[in-house]
Amino acid sequence: MVFGLRREPDLWFLIGSPTIWAIHFLVCYVLAAIHCEKAGMGFAELAPIRLWILGLTGIALVFVFVSGFRAWQHWGFGANRPPHDGDTPEDRRRFMGYAALLISALSFVAVVFTALPIFFIADCR
Amino acid sequence: MTIGSMNPPAPDPALAREQEARLDKTWGTPRGWRYWSSVNNAQVGIWYTAASLIFFLFAGVLGLMIRAQLVVPDNTLLSAQFYNQVFTLHGTVMMFLFAVPILEAVAITIMPSMYAARDLPFPRLSAFGFWSFLIGGVFVCGSIFFNAAPDGGWFMYPPLSTDVKQSGIGADIWLLGLSFIEIASIAAAVELIVGVLKCRPPGMRINLMPLYGWYVLIVGAMILFAFPPLIAGDILFEAERLLNWPFFDAKRGGDPLLWQHLFWIFGHPEVYIIFLPSIALLAMIVPTFSQRPIVGYAWIVLAAVGTGFLSFGLWVHHMFTTGLPSISLAFFSAASEAVAIPTAVQIFVFIATVLTGRLIFSVPMLFATGALAIFVFGGLTGVMVALAPFDWQAHDTYFIVAHLHYVLIGGMLFPLIAGLYYFFPLVRGRMLSERLGKWAFWLMFIGFNVAFMPMHFTGLRGMPRRVFTYPEGFGWDWLNLISTLGAFVLAAGVAVIVFDVVWPRRHATVNRNPWKAGTLEWLSPQPQKAWAIRSVPHVSSRYPLWTDPELTRKVDEARFYLPDAEELKRETLVTTALDGEPVQCLRLPGNSWLPMRAAFFIGGSFIATTFHLYWTALGSGVIGVAVILVWLWTGTAMIPEKRTKDIGHGLRLPLYVSGSDSVGWWAMLITMLGDMSAFFSLIFGYFFFWTIHKDFPPAGMDGPGVLWPGIAAGASLAAWAVMLAARRANAAGSAFALRAMLVINVLLAGAGAAALVYAPYATNLDPVLHSYPAIVWVLALWTALHLLLGILMTLYCLAGSIAGRLTREHDIDIHNVVLYWHFAAITVAVTVATISLFPLVKGG
Repeated sequence: MVFGLRREPDLWFLIGSPTIWAIHFLVCYVLAAIHCEKAGMGFAELAPIRLWILGLTGIALVFVFVSGFRAWQHWGFGANRPPHDGDTPEDRRRFMGYAALLISALSFVAVVFTALPIFFIADCR
Repeated sequence: MTIGSMNPPAPDPALAREQEARLDKTWGTPRGWRYWSSVNNAQVGIWYTAASLIFFLFAGVLGLMIRAQLVVPDNTLLSAQFYNQVFTLHGTVMMFLFAVPILEAVAITIMPSMYAARDLPFPRLSAFGFWSFLIGGVFVCGSIFFNAAPDGGWFMYPPLSTDVKQSGIGADIWLLGLSFIEIASIAAAVELIVGVLKCRPPGMRINLMPLYGWYVLIVGAMILFAFPPLIAGDILFEAERLLNWPFFDAKRGGDPLLWQHLFWIFGHPEVYIIFLPSIALLAMIVPTFSQRPIVGYAWIVLAAVGTGFLSFGLWVHHMFTTGLPSISLAFFSAASEAVAIPTAVQIFVFIATVLTGRLIFSVPMLFATGALAIFVFGGLTGVMVALAPFDWQAHDTYFIVAHLHYVLIGGMLFPLIAGLYYFFPLVRGRMLSERLGKWAFWLMFIGFNVAFMPMHFTGLRGMPRRVFTYPEGFGWDWLNLISTLGAFVLAAGVAVIVFDVVWPRRHATVNRNPWKAGTLEWLSPQPQKAWAIRSVPHVSSRYPLWTDPELTRKVDEARFYLPDAEELKRETLVTTALDGEPVQCLRLPGNSWLPMRAAFFIGGSFIATTFHLYWTALGSGVIGVAVILVWLWTGTAMIPEKRTKDIGHGLRLPLYVSGSDSVGWWAMLITMLGDMSAFFSLIFGYFFFWTIHKDFPPAGMDGPGVLWPGIAAGASLAAWAVMLAARRANAAGSAFALRAMLVINVLLAGAGAAALVYAPYATNLDPVLHSYPAIVWVLALWTALHLLLGILMTLYCLAGSIAGRLTREHDIDIHNVVLYWHFAAITVAVTVATISLFPLVKGG
C-alpha cells in the first residue's frame, strides 16, 4: 500500500503517507508517555528514548519519501501540468499521483515536526 | 460508453410522459400523516436541516441568556446553578445538535442531486438517523425546562460530573442522550461514505468529483474514528455513575484524565468534522461566483486529507495544563502547528480562485468573505494557544472562549449561511432576499466582532470561563457590557435570516440555475421532484453544466440512463469508486414507518436507562432490535424478479450483487471500523491504567487467568472459522451444510460468550473495588455482547436460508455476516490477549 506497488494509484495509496505520519506520531507519543510514567516523571532523562525516536523518524521519512516518489511516478514526473480534469484513465492516474505527492510532502513536514521536540526537551518535566 | 458526447436521441414524447408518470408513482412523497413515513434522502435532509436549525436557535437563546447574565457585575438575573445548566446546554446543543448534524443534514439533502443520483444507497438508514437525532435532541434540550439539564460543562469533566450528588440526573441525560445521537452520526457517515464512493453518475471519475464529495468522504471517515472513542468514554462514565465502577476515581485506581483523553480524541477532530463540510460549501460557492473552475483542485484534496489526518494529532492541546510531561505536550504542539499548513492551503486556493476569476459579489460571497476574515483571525489565535507556554496563561479564560467562537463562527456558521443562501433556491425553489441578506450579514458580522473581540481582552485580564458573575473593578465590566451588546446585534442578524426563510412569499419561484453554476445539482427541476433527476447523464468534466450548456434540456428529455421505473420500484445507479463505471442498478426500499419506530424504541431504552427504569429499558431495546430485524427482513437484500436490467442505451446492469461489490458489504465494513475504534478506545483505557500504575493488575487481585478466557477464545475463534466454512458451503450450493454450520456457529459463540463472562466472575474480580477489575469486566462484557450480536446475525442467516432468501445466487447476507465475524474474531483475540496474556508477559 505504502510503496504503491499496485499499478493504479487508488484511495488507499492516497492515504498511505499520512497513515505513516499517524503511526509515527502515535508511537512517539506512547513511547515517551510510557517511558516518563515508568521512570517516575520529573527529572527522568529522555535520553534512553531519543535514539529510538530518531530511528523511527528515519524509517517513517524513508517510507513517506518512497510513497512520494511513487506518487511522482504516477503523476508522470510532472510531464503534464494540472488540473488533470480530463475524462481519461491517464488523467485520473496523474491526478491521483499529483494529489498523493502533495499529501506526501505534507506528511514529510509533519513527521519532521513531530520529531523536533525530542531534541529540545531533556527530561520528563 | 460515452453517451455524453454522443448526444443520444430523445424518446418519443408520449413514452416520456408515461415514464415520468411511473417515476412520480414510484418516488412520490406520501400525503397526509403518511408524509412522515417518507425516507427519501432529499426529503429527510430537509427535516434534518430544519430540526438542527431549530436547535441552533434554541442554543442561541441560551447564549443570549449567558450574555444577559454577564452584562453587569454582580448580576442576579440567573442563579449560579441555573447558569451552569445554561452554558452547559449552550455548548452541548451547539456542538452535538447543531454543528455536526446540520452538516450531515445538508450533505444528505444536496448530495443526491450533486451526483445526479435518484437517491443515496440507504435512505431508511438516514431516516432512522434523523428520528434518533430528533428524539435524543428533544430529550436533552427538554431537560432544562425541568431544571434537570446537565450542568458540568459541555465536556463533562470528572470527578465533578461523576459525582452523582453534585451533578444530578443532568449528567445521565447528557451521556445517554448524546450517545444515542452519536449513533445517528455514525449512520450518516455510513450513508455518506458509500454514497460518495459508489453512487456517482457514470463517467464521474474520482478526479472529476465535486470538491464537496471529497470533503464529505474525509469527514465521514473522520466520524468513524472520532465519535466511537466518545461512545467508549460514555460507557465507562455511565458505568461509574450507575454501577460505581471506578474508572475515573483516583482513590480506587481510576484517573479523571482518561476521560479527558477519550473526550478530546473525539473533541478535537470534531472541530474539523464541522469545519471541513462548511469549507466544502465554500468550495462550491467560490468557483460559481468567480465564474471559473477552482484553482488547485488537487490542493483542496491535499487540504482535506491532510487536515483529516492531522486533526487526530491535536487532542492533547486541550490538556496542556493537566501536568503531562512537556515532551507529550510538545508532540501535540507540533501537530497543532502543522495543521495550520493544510488549513491555510484551502484559504489560499479560494483567494486564488477569486483573484483569477470574474467575481460576482452576492450574498453567499459576502458571507464567504466574512467567514474567511473571521476564521483567519480565529486561526491565528489558535496558533497562539497551540504554543503550550501561552496556553498555560490563557487556559480556561475568556481568551479561549473568544478563540473558539472565532473558529467556529468563522469556520462553520458563516460558511453555512453562505450555503443557505446559495442552496435555498435549489431546495425550496425561491431566492432569499438580497437586501435582507445584506442586512443580515452586516448585523451578524459587526455584532459578532463586537461580541467576541473584547473577550480576548477580558480573558487576558484574567476573567475565567463559566463564572456566573463577577465583582466590579477588575476591568471586566465595560468589556462584558460591549460583548453583550454585540451578542444581541448578532442575534438580530440571525433573526433577519429566520424571517426571510420562514416568511411565505408569492411569485418568488426561480429558474433552475439562478447562480449559473457548473455542477450537477443545478440540473434539478423546480419545484424539486422526489425522483430528483429525469435521467442520469454521463459526466465527463468537473463542471458539466459549463461544458455542455444543453445538458439540462437533454437530461429533461430523458436522453440518458435510467429514465424510467418500469417495475415501479425505486432504483439508483451504483458505479465504481475510481472511474465511475456503472456496475449495478440498485433497488432501494420505499417509504416506511420502520425507521421511525426503531428510533423510538432504541431511544426509549436509552431514556429509560437515564431514569434507572432498567426493565423498561431492556423491553424497549428488545422491541427496537425486533423492529430493526423486520426492517432488514422486509427491506434489504431483496431478491429481484430478474437478474439484470436495461438502464438505457443498451447497458444491462445486474440488480443483485453480493460480497465486496455490494453497498451493504461496504456499510458493514464502515460500521465495523467505527466499532473497532470504540473497542480500541476501551483497550486504550486498559493500557492507560497499566501505564499510570506501578502494579497493574494491582497486588492482591488475580486476573481472570488463562483457563476461561482461553476456552472463550478457542470457542469463539472456532465459531469464526465455522462461519467461513458456512460461506463456502453456501457457495457450493449445499443448504444443509450451510444450516448445520450456522447452528454450530451459534453453539460455539454462545459457549465463548458464556466463558468470557464467567472468567472474571470465577476469579472473584469485583468491579467496584478498583479500576483493574472494572476495565476487565468492561472488556469481557463488550466482547460477549459482540458475540451475542454475531449469534443474532447467524440466526438471521439461518432463517433466511430456511425461507429461501439466502441461496447460492442470493448470498448478500452471508457475505456481510462473515465480514462481521472477522471483526468479532479480532475483538475476541485482542480482548483475551489483553486481559489474560498481557499480565503474564509483563511478569505481573
